Amino acid sequence: MTLHVTSPQFKDNAHRALQDEQLQKAMGNVRQGFIDKRAVVAAKLPEFEALRDSARDIKNHALAHLDLYLEQYESKVTAAGGHVHWARTAEEARGAILDICRRVGARTVTKGKSMISEEIELNTALEAAGIRPVETDLGEYIIQLRGEIPSHIIAPAVHLNATQVESDFRRVHTHLDPARDLSQPVQLLTEARGVLRDRFLAADVGITGANFLIAETGTSVIVTNEGNGDLTQTMPKVHIVIASLEKIVPTLEDVSQILRVLARSATGQEMSVYTTFSTGPRRPQDVDGPEEYHVVILDNGRSSMLGTAFQDMLRCIRCGACMNHCPVYHAVGGHAYGWVYPGPMGAVLSPSLIGVDKAGHLPNASTFCGRCESVCPVRIPLPKLMRHWRDREFERHLQPATLRTGIGSWGFFARRPRLYRLATSVAMRGLALLGRNKGRFTSLPLAGGWTDYRDFPAPQGATFQDQWKSRKAEGRR
Amino acid sequence: MTARDEIFATIRRSLGVKGTEAPRRHIVQERLESAPKGAIPQRGQLIGEALIDLFKTQAEAAMASVVEVDSAMDAPAAIADYLRASNLPARIKMGDDLRLAAMPWGDTALEVSKGRSDGQDLAAVNHAFAGVAETGTLTMTSGPENPSTLNLLPDYAIVVLQSKDVVGDYETMWARLREAYGKGQMPRTVNWITGPSRSADIEQTLLLGAHGPRSLHIVLVKG
Repeated sequence: MTLHVTSPQFKDNAHRALQDEQLQKAMGNVRQGFIDKRAVVAAKLPEFEALRDSARDIKNHALAHLDLYLEQYESKVTAAGGHVHWARTAEEARGAILDICRRVGARTVTKGKSMISEEIELNTALEAAGIRPVETDLGEYIIQLRGEIPSHIIAPAVHLNATQVESDFRRVHTHLDPARDLSQPVQLLTEARGVLRDRFLAADVGITGANFLIAETGTSVIVTNEGNGDLTQTMPKVHIVIASLEKIVPTLEDVSQILRVLARSATGQEMSVYTTFSTGPRRPQDVDGPEEYHVVILDNGRSSMLGTAFQDMLRCIRCGACMNHCPVYHAVGGHAYGWVYPGPMGAVLSPSLIGVDKAGHLPNASTFCGRCESVCPVRIPLPKLMRHWRDREFERHLQPATLRTGIGSWGFFARRPRLYRLATSVAMRGLALLGRNKGRFTSLPLAGGWTDYRDFPAPQGATFQDQWKSRKAEGRR
Repeated sequence: MTARDEIFATIRRSLGVKGTEAPRRHIVQERLESAPKGAIPQRGQLIGEALIDLFKTQAEAAMASVVEVDSAMDAPAAIADYLRASNLPARIKMGDDLRLAAMPWGDTALEVSKGRSDGQDLAAVNHAFAGVAETGTLTMTSGPENPSTLNLLPDYAIVVLQSKDVVGDYETMWARLREAYGKGQMPRTVNWITGPSRSADIEQTLLLGAHGPRSLHIVLVKG
């Protein structure tokens, strides 16, 4: 099974995305939808910054003692009557899940939204085994109908407009009246609710991800607004959780700290609608809940990130705030990144999981504006980690020759400050002279990547360093 | 080497530990035992009426509806009124909760059936374990008393909550849950519920009633 990765073609993907009118229209919803809501709800909680510190510290503590908390977690799951399966690779995780599904004779599987399921391409494997996976999160359901991967980790269909969803529903829901009105989003939601309600009731196995695994109690936690993941893990006879090993937190108190920053950072809600804590299978006297409970814990390269600069990335709680605030993500959308994790968190995580040779473009797709780090609820230094990847890419000679020559010659000047000042001041004056009529350039040699999409403002004459110097001189006066 | 052994070996190699170091084990045991609380929002640190008011305000902000009744004996009539006002049939599903069973359902025209939901029930009543005022969040615990399916499948979820079970923050709620179930023990399912089901997956337009209830109605019993 080969991974579906187009990250090496990031530049082509980005060019296509910039010219895609539907996508550009839809991306306006990200720019408008998320940023203000988060700011409002964060401002309403005076302890928000203290909670971010707390969330960071909890994740750091859990990672530093990961082996011991995983042992404790496993023993609590087992004591509650559940089963833990360990998977080194995506293939082992798929194998463990398929074994369970085959043993219980599963024909239909409902699924809650899970990025790990995307990472291991579980749906393809289930289909190949003759088992029908049904995504139940509305956004995931829509992209499953379209044969796409999510373009955002919490809003998988954010790249689409309602008219596109309408045509997909008409194409697939052929048992419904062709003359029905689907012009309003609420009609689309109602139709999906009706179709999926039957699936929830008919499914043999429910597969969910986990936002957290609690060592104290052996509990998996999911967070949803729709209630889909919650129905997925309540209705079928078997509940399988697929989670990566860094999801572990020590206690119920710890998970409560992090939950206070999760929804606020993600959707700008004070709390998501459903936070469901599952511990083992149903108890003897229970009248509902699954009869079997399995947790598949995936490594897939994460254990090797511990003890390196990239350990910080394992704090990520997948809220999506970094991409919601990223100007590059806003411009090109999630699919351009070419694998399941887009935006700044994807630019740092993807090279770790699929290799910097494949995903090297992603950490370069950043303006280093720092907005991602400024909103990250667990304070991951995302720009710094992207810089680490750029260093490694350079060390391993993975960039094209022109880029290496460019960086090399910049480095030559940067190490010689007087020469640098001279060269930049000559260049800036020259550009200022050339651009004095229009005040901007519509094309520049070697800078087509910039000037194809926007004008380059003509310099005003003095360099930044000159201006800085004269300002400091003024300040002293 | 099994997958489990290899994963643990890699973690320990990366962290530069053996896994047997007594001080590390002590730190972990200590944290699991003491469960330190971290930063608790001031907003929930209230008592009496003010605490109840915060819960109501926050639950309503999450688009739940809240009605207060003077005593548990008044809950069935309030629920019958709510169904009538919502143009719903006078029919509810509920579990075996003794507190619900003690209420005078016979004094109303409500038709009450027992057990879990099969997806056909329009309205159901569960009794909350607690309400958390800081975000207007209900805590529901699974069991034959209050089946989880009744929280998730009906179009109209109705929850009875006692004022004495309203707490300021999640940590106080967990302390009460540990008292009820034992340290380190959990019911199969704990649902935190903050308002009715919703989705914004289509063009970031917020719509209520995605897969779970379209409405969440909380009957808050005073006293």
